[in-house]
Amino acid sequence: MNGVRLSGVSKRFGDMRVIEDLSLEIRSGEFVVFLGPSGCGKSTLLRMVAGLEAIDGGEIIVDGKRVDHLPPGARNVAMVFQQYALYPHMTVRENLSFGLRNARVPADEIDLRITAAAQSLEITGLLQRRPGGLSGGQRQRVAIARAIVKKPALFLFDEPLSNLDAALRARTRIELAQLHQQLGATMIFVTHDQVEAMTLAERIVVLNDGRIEQVGSPLEIYRRPATQFVAAFVGTPRINLVQVQVVASSGKAIARLPDGATICTGVSVAGLPAASSMTLGIRAEAVRIGDPAAGGLRGTARVVERLGDRTLVHVALAEGTLLTAEDHGDSPVQTGQQVGLRVDGNAAHLFAADGTAYHGETH
Amino acid sequence: MAGSAGSRSSGMWNRWSGALFVAPYLAVFVLMLAIPLVIGIRLSMTRGDLFGIKEFVGLDNFSRLLRDPVFLQTAWNTLHFVLLTVPAMTVIGLALALTLNNQTRWAAALRAVFFASTVLSVTVVTLVWRLVLIPEGGLAAVLAKVIGREPVAFLSEPALAMPSIAVTTIWWGIGLPMVLFLAALQQVPRDLYEAAALDNASRTRMLFSITLPSIRRTIVLVIMVGVILQFQLFGQPQLMTGGGPNNSTRPIVLFIYETGWKQWQLGYAAAASQVLFAMIAIVAMVQYWFSSRKDAT
Repeated sequence: MNGVRLSGVSKRFGDMRVIEDLSLEIRSGEFVVFLGPSGCGKSTLLRMVAGLEAIDGGEIIVDGKRVDHLPPGARNVAMVFQQYALYPHMTVRENLSFGLRNARVPADEIDLRITAAAQSLEITGLLQRRPGGLSGGQRQRVAIARAIVKKPALFLFDEPLSNLDAALRARTRIELAQLHQQLGATMIFVTHDQVEAMTLAERIVVLNDGRIEQVGSPLEIYRRPATQFVAAFVGTPRINLVQVQVVASSGKAIARLPDGATICTGVSVAGLPAASSMTLGIRAEAVRIGDPAAGGLRGTARVVERLGDRTLVHVALAEGTLLTAEDHGDSPVQTGQQVGLRVDGNAAHLFAADGTAYHGETH
Repeated sequence: MAGSAGSRSSGMWNRWSGALFVAPYLAVFVLMLAIPLVIGIRLSMTRGDLFGIKEFVGLDNFSRLLRDPVFLQTAWNTLHFVLLTVPAMTVIGLALALTLNNQTRWAAALRAVFFASTVLSVTVVTLVWRLVLIPEGGLAAVLAKVIGREPVAFLSEPALAMPSIAVTTIWWGIGLPMVLFLAALQQVPRDLYEAAALDNASRTRMLFSITLPSIRRTIVLVIMVGVILQFQLFGQPQLMTGGGPNNSTRPIVLFIYETGWKQWQLGYAAAASQVLFAMIAIVAMVQYWFSSRKDAT
């Protein structure tokens, strides 16, 4: 198999378990993003693949070859570090050629690869300069070029955009996506930024506390989160989570909110756990602002966030539960105003006490 | 108008408050360094003794120094000593720092052991090393006998006396270069080594391509501090050999001391001091030039 396979890998620091019995397959040419909060083990996992951290169990296979016992330089991988890790006393050209010279690549081949990488990343004019004289964005490009010239079987990115300002980050994100299309190489990208994950990844691996919560395409992760953790971690604004009592009605679950109002969900009762108390999850775009006189849910607008293309309204229900609802860009809603809420129950998810998610069929 | 007057007066205050902060140091510098330096330069152009300056002699003292075989010998001895000690201290200090730059308990203990000698006074250090080097019952003599060799009179053999003082000095002073190098090594970002590991660099390649260039400024600092310190060699030969045998371990500072305070030729001694000052100033300038270079990062 080409690509990458992790089988039962684990890692401990002293008594602390960082990664536990983790298995994952990444197809050749795939762009996979490891997404998770700080301390979830995503960077450690990436460093284990790179060989910068030893593994305590399991095996890692890159491009059909078992590599977990090999030193980093023999794994045929290249990494772009968060702080770029460019050699400060070398020129950009020397930075790019260092690894190739160590691998005894012929000089004319080195020149060819550097010229090609420099052209594609538009850093030809910087080749004679040192990293100290470059801007953050230029250093970023040099770091990516240093990875490209090695023609590795696997690219590893350790939060490479986190040091860039917002505008540059958005631009670099697009360029990385284009680069992946051009090279067709297997890439693993670590981030805690869900926007980066959603825009770059073909598949996202959501990690939490050293375990995989879910592996799926960005839309799967967003629309059918496997656990309450994934639902809460992915998506802005954060998904609404409300404790509800679940009752059955013609095969579908009906959620009764603390104030007695009900929401008809699309979730089939057939597979639901016996306990009637569950957590309802519903995203802001499925909770629309409506007429308070129309019946259904009602509440008071506490905070109105105007984002231009849409308006987020944080609504307090009668007994105090806060829901984030969405309205169009020029919403007339004012703080303190009574509003009605139209909830798309088919878009709702139910979460059991252990976090397992249950979805409606259409979502 | 009032605003511009206000900003002018606040600018004045800023300037003067800055001067106020450096004033105490400036006062000490002028009183303890600048004025004595000027007095020393003036003294070096006179013939004088304990009872005062006899006459102004211009540069006579300097031309006499250049013709004085004892002074020339001491200048060479000093240079010889610097060449024996500074490169060795730099290399050994770096090697110790590279070896002990880790978090184990052994490394911490050994760092303390190697630094410990630095806190000893010159009297203790020379006493210890005399006990090692004397041919009558010294440690070196005992070891020589064990391997069936005749004891060597390290301190009375002209060819061996200066190297013996150099070894003593290296043992005494190795702690400072070691801690300077340790501090520098800990400043090298770990991800540079990780990038180099991914770039297939061997340990030797990492040493020469990552570590040494990254601590280049500290290497220069250690060499310069070493040169400046060792140019001022005094206590070790005074206590171990008295400058002998046959002037072979007499350094410039001992020459200055003896000329000034034993033969009471203060003007002549002051001239020798100026020569030493010039030698040290040149080294300090080289260091300043190197560290202020733009690409010396």
